Amino acid sequence: MVNYIWALLIIVGIVYSLLSGNISVINESILTNASEALDLILNLLPIIVLWTGILKIAEVSGLLDKFAKMLMPLLHKLFPDVPKENKALGYISSNIAANMMGLGSAATPAGLKAMNELQKINPQKDTASSAMITFLILNTAGVTLIPTTILALRVAYKSASPGEIIVPAIIATACSSIAGLTLDYIIRKRGKKWK
Amino acid sequence: MEIISKIILPIFVIIIIFYGVKKRVNVYDTFLEGAKEGLVTTFNIFPAIIAMIFAINIFLDSNFLGFAIKHLSKLFGPINIPLEIIPMALLRPISGTASLAIMNDIFKVFGPDSYIGRLASILQGCTDTTVYVIALYFGSIKITKIKHALWAGLFADFIGIMMAIILTNIFF
Repeated sequence: MVNYIWALLIIVGIVYSLLSGNISVINESILTNASEALDLILNLLPIIVLWTGILKIAEVSGLLDKFAKMLMPLLHKLFPDVPKENKALGYISSNIAANMMGLGSAATPAGLKAMNELQKINPQKDTASSAMITFLILNTAGVTLIPTTILALRVAYKSASPGEIIVPAIIATACSSIAGLTLDYIIRKRGKKWK
Repeated sequence: MEIISKIILPIFVIIIIFYGVKKRVNVYDTFLEGAKEGLVTTFNIFPAIIAMIFAINIFLDSNFLGFAIKHLSKLFGPINIPLEIIPMALLRPISGTASLAIMNDIFKVFGPDSYIGRLASILQGCTDTTVYVIALYFGSIKITKIKHALWAGLFADFIGIMMAIILTNIFF
């Protein structure tokens, strides 16, 4: 999908500027683009490196696991179909904990393992189980407490208060998670009734 | 609210460092190890950043958006949403790098403390790459019938976008 969108952006951009007689702008854009990408990376680099360093401490010291365990009671409520001692719940909680701390790269392996475990208890192997759907909604709502890349860019562009967006972003995330889970819950209840 | 935004980072850092010291972790060496990983990760996303900046900039510089906005504003005019945010909101569920490239552009043109700059920040922070994650996770275990996963996820994103707009108006 990214494949098509990437091509589409380029094609639409060039064709439209040809039609509107604006092609010299695109010529310049192509020549200066790559160095702008380098600027972006250099802007992101310091804070990402700093933050992954700090979070490594949280990982090694077991704080991340402790945090994940605190999420467990909530997970039992959200995933009634998954047995309490199932490994999947452990992976789900570490996935969410890593996401919350802004450790996207640590979140993905845990998420894939969680899906694997959920697949083992899935009766229909080609169809998503309700636990899987709930997990993905929770995951894609993107609960992040420290949005590192955004902070890095805001600092780079000389924001007077780079962190001012953290609280509204957390509130917005909470609302979208709750909305997604509520919709999921309603659909599941209805599905059962129809059976 | 402002005070919470200002203390959240220091609190986070102190908890992590304190817990590390308490558990007798060599916090300094661990930090260096993690920082090295961060360096590698950042360089690994560099090709994707180049690719996305390239495509997004051609698209934005062509001013096709200006043309589209002129016609769309007849439809969306009364709702009072800054239309520059629409391509970002549309790309956010598909590619985090693409929306990052647009946010970069918004910061460059309007500044991070402008209305649209704040909105873009909150938008980038409150949703995730839903389409990508669903494709990756279901693809990894070969599930083809995903039932309502995609549109429930997109519905959650939509609520996130609406909340981002509302909260930007309330907070700033």
